[in-house]
Amino acid sequence: MHNPQLNAAGELTHLLSTDGLPRDVITQILDTASSFLEISDRDVKKVPLLRGKSVFNLFFENSTRTRTTFEIAAKRLSADVINLDVSRSSTAKGETLLDTIDNLVAMHADMFVVRHASSGAPYLITEHLHRVGRTDVHVVNAGDGRHAHPTQGLLDMYTIRHYKKDFSPLTVAIVGDILHSRVARSDIHALTTLGTGEIRAVGPQTLLPSAVESMGVRVCHDLADGLRDADVVIMLRLQNERMNGALLPSAGEYFRCYGLTPAMLALAKPDAIVMHPGPMNRGVEIDSGVADGAQAVILPQVTFGIAVRMAVMSILAGN
Amino acid sequence: MRTHITNGRLIDPKNGIDATLDLFIADGRIAAIGKAPAGFTAEHTLDARGLVVCPGLVDLSTRLSGIETELAAAVAGGVTSLACPPDTSPPLDEPGLVERLVRRSAAAGLARVYPIGALTTQLAGERLAEMHTLSRAGCIGFSQAKKPIPDRLVLLRAMQYATTFGYAIRLQPQDHQIAADGVAHDGEVASRLGLAGIPVCAETVAIASSLELARATGASLHLARISSAAGIALIRAAQQAKMAVTCDVSIYHLHLSDSDIGFFDSNARFDPPLRSAADRDALRAAVAAGVAAISSDHTPVDEDGKQLPFAEAAPGATALELLLPLTLQWARETATPLPVALARITCDSAAILGVSAGALTPGDAADICLFDPEARWQVSADALRSRGKNTPFIGREVQGRVHSTLVGGRVVFQR
Repeated sequence: MHNPQLNAAGELTHLLSTDGLPRDVITQILDTASSFLEISDRDVKKVPLLRGKSVFNLFFENSTRTRTTFEIAAKRLSADVINLDVSRSSTAKGETLLDTIDNLVAMHADMFVVRHASSGAPYLITEHLHRVGRTDVHVVNAGDGRHAHPTQGLLDMYTIRHYKKDFSPLTVAIVGDILHSRVARSDIHALTTLGTGEIRAVGPQTLLPSAVESMGVRVCHDLADGLRDADVVIMLRLQNERMNGALLPSAGEYFRCYGLTPAMLALAKPDAIVMHPGPMNRGVEIDSGVADGAQAVILPQVTFGIAVRMAVMSILAGN
Repeated sequence: MRTHITNGRLIDPKNGIDATLDLFIADGRIAAIGKAPAGFTAEHTLDARGLVVCPGLVDLSTRLSGIETELAAAVAGGVTSLACPPDTSPPLDEPGLVERLVRRSAAAGLARVYPIGALTTQLAGERLAEMHTLSRAGCIGFSQAKKPIPDRLVLLRAMQYATTFGYAIRLQPQDHQIAADGVAHDGEVASRLGLAGIPVCAETVAIASSLELARATGASLHLARISSAAGIALIRAAQQAKMAVTCDVSIYHLHLSDSDIGFFDSNARFDPPLRSAADRDALRAAVAAGVAAISSDHTPVDEDGKQLPFAEAAPGATALELLLPLTLQWARETATPLPVALARITCDSAAILGVSAGALTPGDAADICLFDPEARWQVSADALRSRGKNTPFIGREVQGRVHSTLVGGRVVFQR
């Protein structure tokens, strides 16, 4: 099947998912991010790689945090950044997604950073751009429904590589609401491509997608089993609306069964790192003792996130 | 008008005919097969050399987004009789609406239209529709289309009431609470794409409860658009237990599976969803074995309805003009004899609808399809007469093309 993220030469033209992203492309992104990380430490934090380019942040679903990280990344590359809170403007007036895209293309957009509540929305956009012959416009998926959040997946890979170097001997536990998590899916595909030793999906049956094993993970319903001798623990956020109902009886019971406490973390390797895509629900999926503890790398993830997004945008602009 | 169709391969599954035979039409009816009736002189002769001559196709479910265009599409696809489900806008729950549909479709003078009435008012699943009145207006059966009856007592009463008058009930089995906001088969593909899943048990739970209610009430039940192997197994068991239950499978479900969604192709969004390849294979076997008939489930969707993210796109596909070629393709791929394949879209579906159609018995209305089984053509927006251009087969080549269609002895389509 044609891979809509790559051009005929196998170069990245859109970043839509870590699923189907070749290993050398992932490595290229992580290596490029590494070089950008130094820029963030300088007094002058800008490079001119995207000077004169217009990056449109198209957020059909609100997310101040993710939008801000993309905005910072684009500005450090000297791009002009336009933030559109589409959830409150055109679509509310009945304009379709593709009409919005056509209008922005007419305004000479060079890149779209898209967040949408529907899985696959960025694919619809890239397919449309292809159909109207605008293959020079790039799309970055900043989160679509439950499907993918590739820059988060890549910054997670950057973090793991930073602390653990090689993926092949690692055991990575992903804990929590995997069913609704685009981060989990992006992590699983990237970890698989990078040859991770073992990937565990940890959670109750109500929060695991059916046939999740087909993605190359081992299912653990018991948190202790999932954490034992793990090198990396990725905790997922549990959305408020899923805490009480048919998926879970209560936040309290969830924390007792799947919350990461210092005692549970002790089952993992002594040098295990703890990651979280944020924003955290302290006392629901993670105990403050762990979130603020020595093994947490949650804030470095945020820093690496800027560099990874700079890397993705600069690579896309060059292809 | 007296017509003589000559030199064709005449296939009439109902009467067990498959031979090169001539067919004679007089006064809109089949006058004779083989030998001309005494004193017959043809005013019009159709040379069917290289063509198959079969009964006009009978479709179990066609949505008429525009009566004239869709009936033109029907006859272009060889369909001469079709049932229209009640989920029109407004729904077919009043005799005036049914009469209007019957009148307008008769005025078009193309395919025959058989309305299916709403089982409950507004299809809301709460109050029984006036079935007797609707039946007198022209309804040949009653259904909820895709709408649920949340209260099973209402379904029980609906079956009892319909059975009082001998009306057949059609249900598309899906437990709407289990299906919830799902848009794709709950399996590997939906999990990977992050699409909300509809598990197979949404179908089997609904089939099992409908069968139990039919058993309790003696209702004559048709279960429409079966999508899973497990669903077929339940129905097959009920049929073996001599229950009056029939079912059908949509033509697309015979060919496609959830992997055809690819990268979120909204043309592959169906209700019920395309299921696994194993399910698809079980459906193919069930149709071959005669457990299920084939329906087109023709659902034209305009471009705006499909140019949306997968979960927001309207389900369904245009199908009238693909029913025949895709049935032939299934037959070739499964080595099913042509007369058996044609039975599934002629006499079998006519029997399910309880209408006199789908056969070439002398005395029957001369509803006939002549098609070239070898002709290949490419599915394209221009090649389709239907308003709906939405099909996963767009751009693909198919084999088998309608040459002429006759309704009541009159040529209503000729290529």
